[in-house]
Amino acid sequence: MIYARIAGTGSYLPGDPVSNDDLVARGVDTSDEWIVGRTGIRSRHLAPAGVNASDLAQVAAERAIEAAGCMADDIDLLIVATSTPDYVFPSTAALLQAKLGMRSGGAAFDVQAVCSGFVYALSIAEKFIRSGSHKRALVVGAEVFSRILDWSDRGTCVLFGDGAGAVVLEASPAPGIRASALHADGSHHAILCVPGNVAGGVVTGDPFLRMDGQAVFKFAVKVLGDVALEVLEQAGAVPAQIDWLIPHQANIRIIQATAKRLGLSMERVITTVDVHGNTSAASVPLALDLAVRDGRIRPGHRIVLEGVGGGFTWGAVLLDF
Amino acid sequence: MENIEQRVRKIVAEQLGVNESEIKNESSFVDDLGADSLDTVELVMALEEEFECEIPDEEAEKITTVQQAIDYVNAHLKQ
Repeated sequence: MIYARIAGTGSYLPGDPVSNDDLVARGVDTSDEWIVGRTGIRSRHLAPAGVNASDLAQVAAERAIEAAGCMADDIDLLIVATSTPDYVFPSTAALLQAKLGMRSGGAAFDVQAVCSGFVYALSIAEKFIRSGSHKRALVVGAEVFSRILDWSDRGTCVLFGDGAGAVVLEASPAPGIRASALHADGSHHAILCVPGNVAGGVVTGDPFLRMDGQAVFKFAVKVLGDVALEVLEQAGAVPAQIDWLIPHQANIRIIQATAKRLGLSMERVITTVDVHGNTSAASVPLALDLAVRDGRIRPGHRIVLEGVGGGFTWGAVLLDF
Repeated sequence: MENIEQRVRKIVAEQLGVNESEIKNESSFVDDLGADSLDTVELVMALEEEFECEIPDEEAEKITTVQQAIDYVNAHLKQ
């Protein structure tokens, strides 16, 4: 039996933290008290002009490859989860492949599942590896959400940040990933979207992120609880048996409500939303890498990664680290 | 078995972190009990779970006091 296990993690955040007060100083009509009370967010990182998703992805990927103890050319599958790609095409994965100097001719493509993107990409890579068609995958979540924020919409622009996280996933005789589940319900597309595109040389529609916060909150809490239980059930496990829950980092109150539904203490939940904001597809691998490098996550720990995002999409992966 | 009024008051106390003795039936979640917009969403979710029902968003928006929550549950459980 071939399994897929994480061999190394890496992440990258651009520039200095930008505090809530910094946003107020930049003219956003809000307050630290409002943002912290509703979301738990105290600061986020914002990429400078000209720095794109592939640039953030490159640093995160190099760190993950180093941690895995392999070379870029040992990778035969590259998947980037992003909703803020460098270009319309080619994919950010193709651009990243060039930046990493990978010449092995392995497959490279993007996955677009917004804030569930990393969990989707990891699950896809796992299936490639388990099928035997590929041996070693680089899976990246990279976002520059600052580019699609309407800075006059105080209900959304304070919530997001930029960053990237990556893992090297490789074939292994032992797990590894034990279970995964992916879902979508497109009927909810309108509650979280950037409803525009580029056509005829101009933007048509609206190029900024729009969200019905209360509807998203309710949907997220429900599905994050359900999908975590789904992957646990697949593996014949219960919440008390996991060492760490790493949910998508959108809002501390979504995370707290999810932990409560699962009967998990917040001490078992990795949270970064306070210092990263919501980095969409990058949030889960950023949180994973942080907790691996600070020593909380150790080999053998059982972890649930889960995401929920626009689409709506949601999913979870249960793994032994 | 507690009646619906007692069960609703208990959920409100737990979700909003207030003492049951402070809760009057006419209390407004936002104005009297200090709830914010996300607290009210969580409160509706807790009611849905307790009474095994689904409260549509347009109905949920009209539930702003303890009494309105009790009335909603009474009206929809007896159907």
